[in-house]
Amino acid sequence: MSEWLAMGGHGFYIWSSYGALALAIAAELIWLKRDRRRSLERALESRNEEAWQS
Amino acid sequence: MNAAARYEDRGALAVLIWACRRDLKLALRARAELGLILIFFILVASLFPLALDPDPALLRRIGPGVAWVSALLATLLGLARLFALDHADGTLEQMLLSPAPLQALVGGKVLAHWLTSCAPLVLLAPLSGLQFGLDGESIAILAASLALGTPVLAWLGAIAAALTLGTRAGSSLLGLLVLPLAVPVLVFGAGAVEAAAAGLGAGAHLSLLGAAAIFACLGGPFATALAVKIAYE
Amino acid sequence: MRLFRFASPASFYPLAGTIGTVSAVIAVALALVGLYIGFFVAPTDYQQGESYRIIFIHVPSAWMAMFVYLVIAFWSLWSLALNARLPAMMAQALVPTGAMFAFISLWTGAFWGRPTWGTYWVWDARLTSTLILFFLYLGLAGLRASIEDPRRADRACALLALVGVVNIPIIYFSVRWWNTLHQGATISMTAAPKMAETMLTAMLLMTFSAWAYTIWVSMRRVRSIIVEREAHTDWVAALLRREGVMR
Repeated sequence: MSEWLAMGGHGFYIWSSYGALALAIAAELIWLKRDRRRSLERALESRNEEAWQS
Repeated sequence: MNAAARYEDRGALAVLIWACRRDLKLALRARAELGLILIFFILVASLFPLALDPDPALLRRIGPGVAWVSALLATLLGLARLFALDHADGTLEQMLLSPAPLQALVGGKVLAHWLTSCAPLVLLAPLSGLQFGLDGESIAILAASLALGTPVLAWLGAIAAALTLGTRAGSSLLGLLVLPLAVPVLVFGAGAVEAAAAGLGAGAHLSLLGAAAIFACLGGPFATALAVKIAYE
Repeated sequence: MRLFRFASPASFYPLAGTIGTVSAVIAVALALVGLYIGFFVAPTDYQQGESYRIIFIHVPSAWMAMFVYLVIAFWSLWSLALNARLPAMMAQALVPTGAMFAFISLWTGAFWGRPTWGTYWVWDARLTSTLILFFLYLGLAGLRASIEDPRRADRACALLALVGVVNIPIIYFSVRWWNTLHQGATISMTAAPKMAETMLTAMLLMTFSAWAYTIWVSMRRVRSIIVEREAHTDWVAALLRREGVMR
C-alpha cells in the first residue's frame, strides 16, 4: 500500500496535484453552501428594506 | 454639448477634431501630470540595471523588453484622466446625450490622450535606448514599434477606463484589465527590436503591429462608446 | 418555442436545480471510473514513470479553463444582444469555476514539470497562455466586484468578456510564436507521453467529469445569484417561506 502511495518516488508531486484539486473542489462546494445561505439572508434583508421604505 | 452639436452636420471627423482639440487644451493645463508620466517611464527603466547587473551585454539584450514594459506601465498612469474629469463635471453625460456621434467624441479624446501620453514616450524611447546601449538601428525600431503599438494600448486602456468609470476601482484594476490584453503588443513590439538585432529584419513584426493598430482604431471607438453607455445607465 | 419559457429567472430556477443534481451524479460517477482506470489500469509510462498520471487532472483543467471562458463569452453576447438578465447571471456564475480550473491547470502543470523537466515553471506556450487566461478571469471578477449596480456590472463584465475572447486567439498565437523563437520545441507541455489507450480513456472520462462538475457547480451558483437578484418577487417570497427563513 505504502509502495503504491509512493508512486515510484513521484508521490509528492502526484499527491500535491490531486490534493490541490481536492482542496479547490472542497473549497468551492463549501463556498456554495455559504453562498446559498447568504443569498437567502440577503434576499430577506432587501425585502424587509423595501417594505420599510414603502 | 451645443459646441459638439454645431459640428454635427459637418460630420464625424469634425466632431473628432473638436473633441481632440478640447482635450488637448485641458491637457495643457495639466502639463505637470503629463511630465510625470515621462519621468515614470525613464525611472522604471532605470531601475532594471540597478536591480540587475549593469553588464553592457546583458543590458543590450534586455533593453528593448525593459523599455517596452516601462512604456506599458507608463501608459497605464494617464488612463484614469481620460474620462475621470469629464465624468466628474457631467460633460461626459452631456456627450452621451448629444446628437453628435459618441464614437467620434471618444475617438477625439483617445487621440488627444495618445498625443499627450504615448507619443512623448515614442520620442523619449531613444533616451532609454541609449541607457541600455542599443545601437542606432535598434533605437529606431524601438521607437517605431512603440509608435505602432501605443495606439493599441491607448484603445485597450480607453475601454478599461470607460468600464471602470466612477467605480471604486483603482489603477491596479485598470492594470489587471489592460496588461493581459496587451501581451501580444508587448511580444511583437519588443520582438521587433530583437529580430532586427538578430539580423532577421523587423518588417513582419512592425506590419503586425500596424495591422493591430488599424484594427484597434476601427473597433476601439465602438467598444469604448458602448462601455461609456454601459457606465451611464 | 417552448425553450423561451425558461428565459425567466423564475422558471429557470427549478430547472437549474434538476440539471445541477443530475450533473453532480454524472460528475462523481465519471470521476470514480476515470480515476480507477487512470491509477489501476493504465500502465506506468516508461519515460515519465508515475508522474504522468497528473495529466488526468492537468489536461481536463486546462481544457475546462479555456472552454468555460468561451461559454462565458457566449452568455455575455446573449446578455448584451437581448439585454437579458439570465444569460448575464449564467456568465457570472461560471467565472469562479473557470478561474479555479485555470489555477489548477497551472499548479498541476508546475508539479508535473518538476519531476519531468526539472523545474516548477516552464515558459511554454500553453502554460503561459493559461497564466494570462487566469489573469483575464481575475479581471472579470475584479470588475464585477468594483461595480455596485448588478445590471451595470452585468453589462460591463459582458463587454470585457467579449473583448477578452476576441483577444484570446491573438494572445495564444503571439505567446506560441514567442515561445518557438526562444526555446525551440524542446520543452512542451503538449508532448504528453505516447498515450496508451487506457491513458486516453481515463483522460477523456476525467474531462467529461470536469464538464459535468462545472455544470453542477454553476447551476448551484446561478440559483443563489437568482435568489439574491430577484428578491423582490413573489416567487422568491414563497421560496423564503418554504426555506423557513421568512414567516
